[in-house]
Amino acid sequence: MNIVVPIKQIPNLTDELEINGDGTGLDHDALQYVLNEFDEHAIEEAVLAKESAGGAVTVVGVDTTGELDGALHTALAKGADKAAKITGDFPRGTDSHTQARLLAEAIKDMSPDIVLTGVQAADDRDGQIGPMIAAHLGMPYVGVVTGVTVSGGKAVVHKEYAGGVMAEFEVSLPMVVGVQAAHQPPRYAPVSKIRQIAKTAKIDEIAGGEVAGAGSTVRRMFKPEAAGHAEMWDGSPEEVAEKIVAMIKEKGLLK
Amino acid sequence: MANDIFILAEHLNGKLADITFEMTGKAKELAAAFGGQAVAVLLGSGAKSLAESIGADTVLYVDDSTLAEFNPEAYSRVLAAMIKERGPRVVMMGNTSVGMDLGAGLSVMAGLPLIAYVNGLAADGGMFVATSQIYGGKIQAEAVPDGEACIVSCLAGAFPADAGRGSAPVEQIASPVPLDDLKVKFVKLIQPEGGDVDITQQPILVSIGRGIGGQENIELAQELAEALGAAVSASRPITDAGWLPKTRQVGKSGLTVKPKVYLAFGISGAPEHLEGMRGAELIIAVNTDPKAPIFDVAHYGATCDMLDLLPALTEKVKGG
Ligand SMILES: Cc1cc2nc3c(=O)[nH]c(=O)nc-3n(C[C@H](O)[C@H](O)[C@H](O)COP(=O)(O)OP(=O)(O)OC[C@H]3O[C@@H](n4cnc5c(N)ncnc54)[C@H](O)[C@@H]3O)c2cc1C
Repeated sequence: MNIVVPIKQIPNLTDELEINGDGTGLDHDALQYVLNEFDEHAIEEAVLAKESAGGAVTVVGVDTTGELDGALHTALAKGADKAAKITGDFPRGTDSHTQARLLAEAIKDMSPDIVLTGVQAADDRDGQIGPMIAAHLGMPYVGVVTGVTVSGGKAVVHKEYAGGVMAEFEVSLPMVVGVQAAHQPPRYAPVSKIRQIAKTAKIDEIAGGEVAGAGSTVRRMFKPEAAGHAEMWDGSPEEVAEKIVAMIKEKGLLK
Repeated sequence: MANDIFILAEHLNGKLADITFEMTGKAKELAAAFGGQAVAVLLGSGAKSLAESIGADTVLYVDDSTLAEFNPEAYSRVLAAMIKERGPRVVMMGNTSVGMDLGAGLSVMAGLPLIAYVNGLAADGGMFVATSQIYGGKIQAEAVPDGEACIVSCLAGAFPADAGRGSAPVEQIASPVPLDDLKVKFVKLIQPEGGDVDITQQPILVSIGRGIGGQENIELAQELAEALGAAVSASRPITDAGWLPKTRQVGKSGLTVKPKVYLAFGISGAPEHLEGMRGAELIIAVNTDPKAPIFDVAHYGATCDMLDLLPALTEKVKGG
């Protein structure tokens, strides 16, 4: 079975996000990039599927940061078999529509049985990449998926709704899946193994085409002005604990 | 091109989801500004009574046995055909488990832009302006479509639901496209296993997020909950890791809770989490990051380390 995992790097959300001079985007130079956390789950689910049904896993991404190799090496260390990057003049924060089209072009030549990607990324302002790849490739798509089992040219997927309700679908391959969470938390790859792989691994380079544009234009980007903000308590954990207890008592929930 | 605003009605288990009414209310406002109609589109089977309870200007009800349950492929095909035929100005869907399967694909199929994670919509002159909440709730982006028409996926809870309740004339039609060769087959719905504790019924929740650090620390939250006569709930990473059962998850894909007191410890406040708990009477958040979005919805907050706070708090509660 041929499994392809498209991945995307996004700004590290624990960093302070600064807005650029004209107020229409992020100041990307000031940002650290990390792999989209849902893509980590997609990699895990792909490796699990390979381990149970056999086949090979190829990880592919658009290199918008010049630093995609690190993410690809990590994926290889976790059990992916091949890695590829789409290169070109792509700015950081390249829109989803462009990345999806470039990924679809690259993936077409890989003849996948199943494409597993993260259900969303925090910077998908113009939409999630998975369903777009599926539309470009003419494949069916099911997202918000927490379990994929593949056998005999079919996939059984579990899709989540609110409140823990799930739907089971049977889908004929090839298909694209938007992974919400893998069957098990993403495995850890030891740094020493990643380093070793970085020395020997071959990353295929695919020349990408043009940046297409998102189809919409950001007029203004700003930090949300919260309708309210918590009244902050200073002090030691003991002092904070005292205040919490007082509040709960005030509600009549504690004697 | 028509100036109509389409709203995809969402329903599960014979019930319309609130997001349907939320979008419908907003759509009526936009339709009035553009001189079109707010048209709710309901795909289903034997679901005419649901169609009749949406307060749009008109409801298009597509009845087909394959549409009895949500099927992303069937829905995409039907919606793509309807968009092509009727050329609405705006297509609204929820940024939900349903809408997330459809919007981006339709955007490619119909050649329309998509603006996702929308929590603000307005008509500005002849233009359509949408505000997205991105980067885990840290940034708002106000955008206009490059052309006239556009698809938007709206965050649950962004607009009030009341304006979208009511009724409207229903036009029942057959699927505009054949649906007999689908590659996606709906098999069944799986209901959640009954949990040991119903977190929707608790007056106090001790809710923990990734800040708890490791499974071995869950006990600290459990001890506090026990002392308080409360239950432990959690954000998604905690249940994904298997540290607590899924029935303890609060949020978009978890449960919606409205306790008297919600203690949020080590939870950043991602929009998907807020969706499930912002209705709590009193929210107290503890997070080492003073900029964590959870502080924007919490009533009280502190930036201490939850691993120090939990035992201190348990002691205080026990101490009376
Ligand atoms: C379709 C979909 C559905 C989803 N459904 C849900 C859902 O139902 N519920 C849900 O919760 N999420 C859901 N998510 C996931 C959501 O996007 C976030 O990833 C998740 O809520 C983050 O959880 P968290 O706040 O615990 O973790 P993080 O975002 O990693 O935040 C951890 C926080 O802990 C703080 N911290 C770290 N150490 C300490 C310490 N020692 N003391 C105090 N604070 C500390 C950090 O500053 C940080 O703010 C969903 C996502 C998608 C795409």
